[in-house]
Amino acid sequence: MHVSHLSLADFRSYARVEVPLDPGVTTFIGSNGQGKTNLVEAIGYLATLSSHRVAADAPLVRLGADRAVIRAAITHGERQQLIEFEINPGKANRARINRSSQVRPRDVLGILRTVLFAPEDLALIKGDPSERRRFLDELIIVRSPRMAGVRQDYDRVLKQRNTLLKSAALARRHGGRRGAPTTTKSIEADLSTLDVWDQHLARTGAELLTQRHALIAALQPLTDKAYEQLAPGGGPVGLDYRGSAGDSPHHGVPGTFGASREQLYELLLGALADARKQEIERGVTLVGPHRDDLLLKLGELPAKGYASHGESWSLALALRLASYDLLRAEGESGEGGEPVLILDDVFAELDTRRRDRLAELVAPGEQVLVTAAVDEDVPGVLTGARCTVYNGRVERT
Amino acid sequence: MYEGVVQDLIDELGRLPGVGPKSAQRIAFHILQADPADVRRLTHVLAEVKDKVRFCTVCGNVAQAERCRVCQDPRRDPAVICVVEEPKDVVAIERTREFRGRYHILGGAISPIEGVGPDDLRIRELLARLADGTVTELILATDPNLEGEATATYLARMVKPMGLKVTRLASGLPVGGDLEYADEVTLGRAFEGRRLLDV
Repeated sequence: MHVSHLSLADFRSYARVEVPLDPGVTTFIGSNGQGKTNLVEAIGYLATLSSHRVAADAPLVRLGADRAVIRAAITHGERQQLIEFEINPGKANRARINRSSQVRPRDVLGILRTVLFAPEDLALIKGDPSERRRFLDELIIVRSPRMAGVRQDYDRVLKQRNTLLKSAALARRHGGRRGAPTTTKSIEADLSTLDVWDQHLARTGAELLTQRHALIAALQPLTDKAYEQLAPGGGPVGLDYRGSAGDSPHHGVPGTFGASREQLYELLLGALADARKQEIERGVTLVGPHRDDLLLKLGELPAKGYASHGESWSLALALRLASYDLLRAEGESGEGGEPVLILDDVFAELDTRRRDRLAELVAPGEQVLVTAAVDEDVPGVLTGARCTVYNGRVERT
Repeated sequence: MYEGVVQDLIDELGRLPGVGPKSAQRIAFHILQADPADVRRLTHVLAEVKDKVRFCTVCGNVAQAERCRVCQDPRRDPAVICVVEEPKDVVAIERTREFRGRYHILGGAISPIEGVGPDDLRIRELLARLADGTVTELILATDPNLEGEATATYLARMVKPMGLKVTRLASGLPVGGDLEYADEVTLGRAFEGRRLLDV
């Protein structure tokens, strides 16, 4: 698939811009702060409904405007689909597909598939576990858009459960004090609902875990292969899931990694029961997919803290390339189609050897969108259209 | 900002559910321009609704007397109780004309975020109604969202020891619609809840 037209209104620095795009490589060249990244960020947003640069939507809207609009025409074989997405910070976003009446924003997921490489990817290796969870969950949602709903439900159950635990923890602390109103009875009533939230947390959590396990199993060989191509002899790469409920391939209860959804449900319920006393004391949910991590290893050592800067980069790129391979392979058999590759300012960060290897690997992609500050950063293999981006204007050269 | 009482009216209207500042302003100016008799009628019902309407002592539905119409009706089956969140859910179910039992209105759903626990709902009243053994089936018709499901699960656990039949409304496809337009979650549920076709 490829994006054949992108149109932005009040998105980031752009008041209005129309960018026709072709299959193959397109490179956006421009100095810092001219708006290159904003273009690819908008495309990435349509694929994941979140930005790769910021967590909230507000910075995406041009200063002084109420809302931003992204429109994109996606060509997939003979078929063309038009997505129109309105970002309303603080209010509900709105979406339309093929000029239809309004659809739920979530329905947009799955139409455009992208794999985005960016300087921020280094956080996959060096950052907090939340970065790696986000990587996994975003890829899960691209593979199966239905999971966006499950993810949303999980977050909602978690929020409800945490609020309940927090109020119980608070009441407990104040209940012990003299003169404080006795709330013991309501604590008991509240805690009696904890079992119910446990059940719902385990149900949605098990669904998420099943998908994460399956994804890691599929990514493992692909990441190893990609790393070997980028940095020969540096591997092997290990992907090791660290589940807070003990669902880890090597370190937890044997046989729980890759277990069925029913088994994971029981596992989570059991782990929640074990953690309950501690959870009530601390007022927060301590078990579940939101506490898990993906341990990345090079050889026998964990990448975080041990890998050099260059190795970390190679590993981050390998994870993205593996995602690309996975989506491409699935797209051939299913209806997804080949994902659009986006390389946002990555070449400047790499040494010549890695730069050339990466370029060779992505060059055959159906559509490759590259941003760079100067022409020289982009390896020669990536021939194709060039656009200059200057002061909010995009011109084909 | 408008002066004095006009702004007060806009502020009061804006506190109603589903009414934003723009709508509040539009309604306020509509009232200003309306016929005085219409406005008097509105103020009259507003005052009356608070004075006259009571809540049924049995099921918690809105009522004009001590008991609501359904609870007074001897033809309604006392062995089946349908549990809903709000009085408006009763109206929706009554429109189907399918249900001949009685109701129980909880007054909401369990949601710690909004500070609603089981004690804030009419659960104790429900358990009292189940105590004498007349009721044989409990239909849980809370909303099909997370909080509604959680409330249903909670109730099912509570009444389990009583040994009565507990059912949950099915979720599935809208009638008269196209399969292709159903969202994945609904379609998935419809698969889970599929039934044998007797021919």
